[in-house]
Amino acid sequence: MLPRSTAGRVLLGAGALLLGAMPVFAQPYYVELGTYALISAMLALSLQLLVGCTGLVSLGHAAFYGLAAYTVYLITPANNGVSILITLPAAVAAAGLAALIVGALSLRTRGFFFLMVTLAFGQMVFFIFHDTKLGGGTDGAFLSRPLLSILDWELPLTRRQRPIATYYLSLGLLIAMYLSLVLILRSLFGRVLEGIRVNEHRMQALGFNTYRYKLAAFVIAGLLAGVAGHMWAMHRGFVNPELIGWHRSAEALLMILMGGLTTLHGPIIGALAFTGLGEFAQLITERKLLVEGLVILFVVLALPKGLSGIGMPRWMRRSPTTDGSARAAAEARTHG
Amino acid sequence: MSDITKSGFSRRSILKSGAAVAAASTIPTGWAIAQAKPVKIGLMLPYSGTFAKLGENITFAIELLIAEKGGKLGGREIQIVKLDDESKPENAPQNADRLVKRDQVDVLIGTVHSGVQMGIHKVVKESGTLTIVPNAGNDVITRAECAKNVFRTSFTNWQSAYGMGLALGKKGVKKVAWVTWDYAAGNDMGAGFKEGLQKSGGQVVQELKLPFPQTTFQPLLAQIPGLNVDAVGAFFAGGAAVQFVKEYAAAAIKAPLCGPGFLTEGTLAAQGASAEGIETALHYGDGLDNPKNTAFRKAFNAKAGRDADVYAVQGYDAAQLLAVGLEAVKGKIEDEAGLYKAMRAAKIDSPRGPISISPSQNVVHNIYLRKATGGQNKVIGIAAENLADPGTGCKLT
Amino acid sequence: MDFPGLLAQLLNGFQHGLLLFLIASGLTLIFGVMGIINLAHGSLFMIGAYVAFLVTRQWGSLWLALPMAMIGGILLGSVLERGLFRYFYARDHLDQVLLTFALILLFEEGRSLLVGNEFYSVPIPPLLDFSVPVTSGFSYSAYRFTVIGICLALAALLFYWIERTKTGAVIRAAAEKPEMVDVLGIDARRVHMTVFAVGTTLALIAGALAAPLYSVYPNMGDGFLIISFVVVVIGGLGSVSGALWSALIIGLVDTLGKAYAPKVAGLAVYVLMAAVLIWRPSGLFGQRT
Repeated sequence: MLPRSTAGRVLLGAGALLLGAMPVFAQPYYVELGTYALISAMLALSLQLLVGCTGLVSLGHAAFYGLAAYTVYLITPANNGVSILITLPAAVAAAGLAALIVGALSLRTRGFFFLMVTLAFGQMVFFIFHDTKLGGGTDGAFLSRPLLSILDWELPLTRRQRPIATYYLSLGLLIAMYLSLVLILRSLFGRVLEGIRVNEHRMQALGFNTYRYKLAAFVIAGLLAGVAGHMWAMHRGFVNPELIGWHRSAEALLMILMGGLTTLHGPIIGALAFTGLGEFAQLITERKLLVEGLVILFVVLALPKGLSGIGMPRWMRRSPTTDGSARAAAEARTHG
Repeated sequence: MSDITKSGFSRRSILKSGAAVAAASTIPTGWAIAQAKPVKIGLMLPYSGTFAKLGENITFAIELLIAEKGGKLGGREIQIVKLDDESKPENAPQNADRLVKRDQVDVLIGTVHSGVQMGIHKVVKESGTLTIVPNAGNDVITRAECAKNVFRTSFTNWQSAYGMGLALGKKGVKKVAWVTWDYAAGNDMGAGFKEGLQKSGGQVVQELKLPFPQTTFQPLLAQIPGLNVDAVGAFFAGGAAVQFVKEYAAAAIKAPLCGPGFLTEGTLAAQGASAEGIETALHYGDGLDNPKNTAFRKAFNAKAGRDADVYAVQGYDAAQLLAVGLEAVKGKIEDEAGLYKAMRAAKIDSPRGPISISPSQNVVHNIYLRKATGGQNKVIGIAAENLADPGTGCKLT
Repeated sequence: MDFPGLLAQLLNGFQHGLLLFLIASGLTLIFGVMGIINLAHGSLFMIGAYVAFLVTRQWGSLWLALPMAMIGGILLGSVLERGLFRYFYARDHLDQVLLTFALILLFEEGRSLLVGNEFYSVPIPPLLDFSVPVTSGFSYSAYRFTVIGICLALAALLFYWIERTKTGAVIRAAAEKPEMVDVLGIDARRVHMTVFAVGTTLALIAGALAAPLYSVYPNMGDGFLIISFVVVVIGGLGSVSGALWSALIIGLVDTLGKAYAPKVAGLAVYVLMAAVLIWRPSGLFGQRT
């Protein structure tokens, strides 16, 4: 999951610096696009904890992302922004709570059952916001963006500076999220999750209550998706049920697959590549979904290790044996 | 789609504007050079998806008006940038950003889908870009969320539904059921319908709703005979309207069906005999006899190769409204105050009849009562004259 | 709540449930035998509906559309299994999900290129475009009665095939223990192709039957796919008889909910699913997983 070599770490650091320097030379439009890419990266990274680390493929992850965005809408009075110190914890808590409930139920199932159940719960959240007046119905609703303020003091920003501040905040949160996942994976908890991915029965035999570990992972992933959803609300000031739709969940899975299942930086690379690809496709063709479909097909058929698995000299990658064991575990699960 | 060279019209206008710059450079004044820079109009409309035809008709009509004015509005060249919004609300803020921030358009005209309109609205309220709405009818855009740089030449959902309710009550109908999708437009329409009906002495006794965009009408239709109502009002659009009208006829319900005009707009051919005699209310209709309409329909058909419809009229008026503004400030689009003042005061001769702009910057127009006869929505009278949306909650005055 | 109204709702729910069964039985069969989940199953339903639309528009007959949907389903199912799915049986869940998600996008784009994005209604065949009087104050669409009849016949055939034929025995064995099939020396690849083709065909026929009732429109498969997932989850993954009972329950709950409690109708089926999961995590009729 983690880059082992110095070269890998240097590359990651360089990537972070490049992202940090982006607003200095890019047009305002591309700064906003960058913010969106960073938010997508957070979503994909949060899902990686389930998919890549624990071996749980969820198709309802966007529910927690969208729910967090809607929470910002619900707690913000019209025409009056609320401090991010209130909105962020509230949004994350709401997402986490929902993840606890959904996870507690859906983790009673396994494999494809789990996949279908998460999908169905995701759609349930979708319908809550789509069919009721809670959040503006099908059309969605506007919200006053969270303020960068402490008590009554607000960070003095001009209208031009605000998107740049949102960009850096998203970048900071993404890096913080990455580092906390690094810590989590290095802890005993992380090793148990990896053990569950490789062979859950063995972990049970060793005396671990795997249900509790999986539930904890599910809740953490939900909390982190909540961070991403909060940033979407702050970035766009607009919520819409499609944020929750299962296509968004599938896109997050695609980002992970594009970037690589076996690393933590994979989903980030995948999300940036996916957003870039979408922008490029939009410029050259009216059939963006066709391009998307063909790219997925290509990735699934030809790049089973994702973008971070290609072109890198061997000494930069993880040892092949661990990669191999992930595959073997995946195969073992197929009929589980 | 955002690639301007894809549109034949824009390609020509780029060439033309190049020529204008060359000519202007012989006159050594900064003013002339500033004038030579074309006004950039961004069209954010659906060019794919369910609403593609609406987007195309609006575009044709806008291009038609600009061509009629010799390619210039207020003396300035016009450059058009098109962007397909795919009717996808979740991408709307980003798409609007593309036009406003990346392409830096002076004017944004869009769109059809009301959810997408919400996304556009958020972006242009912040950027202050002049925006003209050529279709989306969600009330809120020119009510609580109204903005000084946002105008609408189409309708509010409230308007046509109010007209229908009013006309129904005037006929002496007392008990009415209302059927629609449970989403923003359906609820806006429902509120207007109820209000109009109450005003003229009737009452909505039952609302039947189903989730958007489902078409399982049977559970709703089966309840209607038990309600003992004198009439049924309904709002559906497009293919769903086709199916609803057909199933309504098949269910042999005695109460006559009526509704805002979208129930039979552009769908009569598919609805066939089942739509015969249905009365609807809208700001446009077939057989509307005024010289402007005749000329417009002829010109539109020559350009687009198909008949104009209500969407084309709305697009045409969006361009007419912009023309009024630009002419008043002699092309100086930077003069926001003058531009908006002229647009707010505009009195326009539209193919739908005379129109003006209300204080909340929504169109004021006649709502016509129409009857579906022989595949046409024949205008049979005026349901409400010069009807303005109340603009509740809008602080622009 | 008047009696004829309720009767109509019950019949509607029954008919809706039977259509759901045609879709869900394919999903559950394919999973049971091959262990693969097909997200594009909803798109297959959509293709069936568009076949009905195109055939009706071209030749004016829905009766022609049904055999065409059947032949199309067998061909499409075989080609998909042979060319694509066969290589994914042993792959990771994630790969299978994304493969079939890509198929959804490609099918939708193909539909958009070929037919466009308009919302079309499909006429009910003139022969059946009348109402059958059931009681004095209530009559019911003859076409819907026919749909109910066809669905029941197909369900009977399906059960006969699974319970009484040799292929059916293999399918049951495969669903129980996949490695059994190889041990018995049966050509598993042929069984896989057959099952996939049958599942695909059922989805296409369901689509063709549904077209006059629900119209055809972009992304119409999505809603049916997800509700079919709920059916399969409640019925028990891999259980065809479970799928039948649960499809009927869902059809009734969904239809009655829409009629009498429209505010919560969208949620009702998911609440039901959650309740079943708490009570029996492997579904009402599923074996333990």
